[in-house]
Amino acid sequence: MTDWEAVIGLEIHVQLATQTKMFCSCSPVFGDDPNTHTCPVCLGLPGALPVANAQAVHLGLMIGLALGCSLASQSVFHRKNYFYADSPKGYQISQFDQPLCGPGNLAGVRIHRVHLEDDAAKLIHASESGRIAGADSSTVDFNRAGTPLAEIVTEPDLHSAAQAREWLALLRTTLRTLGVSDVSMDEGSLRCDANISLRRVGDQTLGTKTELKNMNSFRFVERGIEAEIIRQRELLDSGQTVTQETLHFDPRSGSLTTLRSKEEAHDYRYFPEPDLLPVEVTEAMIASARDALPELPIERAARYVSELQIDDVLAERLAGDAELAEFFDAVVEAADKSIEARVLATWVSDDAAGRAGDDGLLASKLEPAALAELVALVDDGSITTAAGRTVLDQLFEVGGSPAAIVSDQGLGKVDGGDELEAAVDAAIAAEPEAAEKVRAGEQKALGPLVGVVMKHTSGRADGGEVRKLLLERLGS
Amino acid sequence: MSNDPTALTAASSAALVKSGELDASDLFEAWLGRAELDTFGALSWIAQAGESPEQVDGPLGGVPLAVKDLFCTEGVPSQSGSKILEGYKPPYTASVVEALAKSGAPLLCKTHQDEFAMGSSNENCAFGPVLNPWDKSRVPGGSSGGSAVAVAAGLAPWALGTDTGGSIRQPAALCGIVGLKPTYGSVSRYGMIAFASSLDQAGPLTQDVTDAALLFSQMIARDPRDATSVGHQESIHLPDRRDLTGVRLGVPEELSGDGIEPGVRATFEETLERARELGAEVVPCPLPHAPHALSAYYLIAPAECSSNLARFDGVRYGQRVDPGDGLDAMYSATRAAGFGPEVRRRIMLGTYALSSGYYDAYYGRAQRVRTLIQRDFDEAFANCDAIVTPTSSSVAFPLGSRTADPLSMYLSDFCTVPMSLAGIPAISIPNGMSEGLPTGFQIAGPAFAENSILGIAHALESSIQFDRSGARV
Amino acid sequence: MIAKMLDRSEVIHIARLARLNLDEGEIERTAIELSGILDHVERISELDLEGVEPTAHAVATRGELRPDIQGASLSRDQALAEAPVTDGVGFIVPSPGA
Ligand SMILES: [Mg+2]
Ligand SMILES: [Zn+2]
Repeated sequence: MTDWEAVIGLEIHVQLATQTKMFCSCSPVFGDDPNTHTCPVCLGLPGALPVANAQAVHLGLMIGLALGCSLASQSVFHRKNYFYADSPKGYQISQFDQPLCGPGNLAGVRIHRVHLEDDAAKLIHASESGRIAGADSSTVDFNRAGTPLAEIVTEPDLHSAAQAREWLALLRTTLRTLGVSDVSMDEGSLRCDANISLRRVGDQTLGTKTELKNMNSFRFVERGIEAEIIRQRELLDSGQTVTQETLHFDPRSGSLTTLRSKEEAHDYRYFPEPDLLPVEVTEAMIASARDALPELPIERAARYVSELQIDDVLAERLAGDAELAEFFDAVVEAADKSIEARVLATWVSDDAAGRAGDDGLLASKLEPAALAELVALVDDGSITTAAGRTVLDQLFEVGGSPAAIVSDQGLGKVDGGDELEAAVDAAIAAEPEAAEKVRAGEQKALGPLVGVVMKHTSGRADGGEVRKLLLERLGS
Repeated sequence: MSNDPTALTAASSAALVKSGELDASDLFEAWLGRAELDTFGALSWIAQAGESPEQVDGPLGGVPLAVKDLFCTEGVPSQSGSKILEGYKPPYTASVVEALAKSGAPLLCKTHQDEFAMGSSNENCAFGPVLNPWDKSRVPGGSSGGSAVAVAAGLAPWALGTDTGGSIRQPAALCGIVGLKPTYGSVSRYGMIAFASSLDQAGPLTQDVTDAALLFSQMIARDPRDATSVGHQESIHLPDRRDLTGVRLGVPEELSGDGIEPGVRATFEETLERARELGAEVVPCPLPHAPHALSAYYLIAPAECSSNLARFDGVRYGQRVDPGDGLDAMYSATRAAGFGPEVRRRIMLGTYALSSGYYDAYYGRAQRVRTLIQRDFDEAFANCDAIVTPTSSSVAFPLGSRTADPLSMYLSDFCTVPMSLAGIPAISIPNGMSEGLPTGFQIAGPAFAENSILGIAHALESSIQFDRSGARV
Repeated sequence: MIAKMLDRSEVIHIARLARLNLDEGEIERTAIELSGILDHVERISELDLEGVEPTAHAVATRGELRPDIQGASLSRDQALAEAPVTDGVGFIVPSPGA
């Protein structure tokens, strides 16, 4: 059997977080009543003309800079002509041979280009809108028409479905960190198409590719690509050929259906949009985009490793989640400098994030400063790690100050003294058999005795100290 | 002064309104009466009596305006001469119409035109042809034929038209009035139903050069709603030039020799002689690529129109024909029924010129020819102040005489298209009669040199003393 | 470039791209007319255009951008006012699939 290598390129459409649409001053808000955000321009009324949104250009430049792209000094809008009910003008205004951003790279995947364009309207098919089945009409809502999009096109540098998903997640975090988009796949503000082909391992030439359209979740991206790789492999293994076509992945059935074959391919008749003049990208525009760039996930991970001595895996895990990384940065900022960042990182990544679940840390009551204070209490031995976790539960649910929770609930460490001695005596009384064994020199029998002490002290006692006391008592 | 204010030029009426000798609403009512006299099929809509503006204090003095059908006017039919837009009432008004109303030129009537401004005879109008007031068996020219006739016949004091390849200048010439195609970008296109976006430009059609300058002075503005609008580099003043001392007029052999009718040629020569008498120096001025302008134009304009007219699909406005066989069938049936033959022809031509494999040979090549034509003008204007040619190679031709052969119709734009491709201003003034019909004299200048060409036109006009009474009803 | 006669299938293809129904007679006529026009306009192929840049706009060269500030939108009734077929909420179109 031949070994095949998958070659995958992605095309990602990102809805830009602007106040107005790409070429008119309507709001691009999602989810409002149909046809309440339109004007002559985005409805394609006779005589209306487009004017490009400066903020969309600004956000496009930020994306280009973040993806290491070369920026065009002059960018040209073209018309992409096609008829469809979602196209109010009969063409889309997009960029063709002079995109805003040229080649770049994100985490080893080359970016081919980033360009700006306007989104289409939304078609509500009769069956979906709940009217009689078999109805032969659709309803068009032009609220989405004209929403500004950045289209990010990669080179075919990905080689598995899992890798594609992982890279897409990094891109999404990067875009979220930039603040250029809501990047919600649910609401369609991040949409992904994939070009997929297979070739023999070691071959340089590309095989025939298919295009997988509109996968609307990370899971479907991975499953869709996987399904298409398997389909192509089966075709090739059985001596058949792959046909160039556009496919749709149905996540429910897991099946792939043809949307359009090469013969039906559109002839878009691209030509320079005569209603718009070329966008001149000035030094000032680039400087302002550069000034607006926050620290990017990749840069952040590198900083965690070099400045905070956090190991690679943990650094990437933190930096790969914009929200988590921001939280972590705030904890570091608030914490006493004597506490190692590594320790703080583990608390944030393992304990705090582990409790956060799907809603994220921001949905909890936990404040970064409170976590910093909590780690300090554990670090200086005021409370045990176990007690610290109990405090964290409280901080998550109701918030507040760790020191107050510790004193209110008596979670302070039990060190020596009457309380601990009483607990040790009680344990020896409760587990006479184990006590006997320890007296006889069987050290491993200490376990159940320690357990009882811990239970009595609600985990507030230091394990080492408990052992020492027990051994003293049992004269061994 | 005559008791009939409609016998005056627009500028004269405006002056009387401003001095308080004439009441603006009386003027409006008087012109409503004139508009009712339309027996040429020129007007597509007329304001109601009593719709005159209450207050007029702008520089245009309340002199009402005829507006070509393709300008969107809120709540008023704006059909661009097309069946596909029959009865269409837009929810907004074109920037330039709005600006002129604000300056004191309220909407009096709208005028018929060739469908989507495609044509040179006004015979491509879905609502019937427009007839030439000098001879009703002849065409008025196009595509702003209704506007030209409205002014020539005295149905309206002045009018707004659009010029893509000659659509203001040629009908002005054929109807014996003044028509100015401004520098591309000086007037907003927002709200003008597009034909060819990189060429379309609104301009005045008027009784004389002074009226043209007055109306144009209030049209120029950079409009934030039109990304291609740049406004004007200087304000426009009313021309007072009466001599041409020190002016060099360039005559391009390519646009004034072969193919010009003898009668048109004769008045052109007479006007050149007059210019010399007024002190001008007349010099030859080659435009070597001008003969290729028509070819480039008939690739660029159809290509742009094929895309501009894609929005007429029977979904959001306009007529729909639905055979009940799905979306594509509805599109094809709607567009076949809604567009007339010339519009369909140009959409086909433009679609072909842009289609896969042909772009470079046709559209791309035409855009390069455009560069050469522009360079020709740049070089020419290094040697002369203005370029002069006949506006039209012929006088108004009989209805139906060119409809069977699209190419012969396209040749009507031979002298006007080069200036359109170069985006430069050009004015046509009436300069005599041939076969009982008016001829036109075109004066073109460098970009934004409207004051200069209006001045030259004014000096010639004062000398020619063209009698346009023959067209007035 | 050599002027060529458009054939039937090309005319049908272009009409399909442009969404224009043409009947048999029109297909024939259009093939002849377009061929005639193309024959004329193809004279520009005589010109040496080596190194000549295309001109998309004759006068203005740089586009002004629009500030990202919301303006007025149409009401839904205004938006739907001229629609040939509407349900008061949206524009009704024949199903693309039909
Ligand atoms: Mg796209
Ligand atoms: Zn809008």
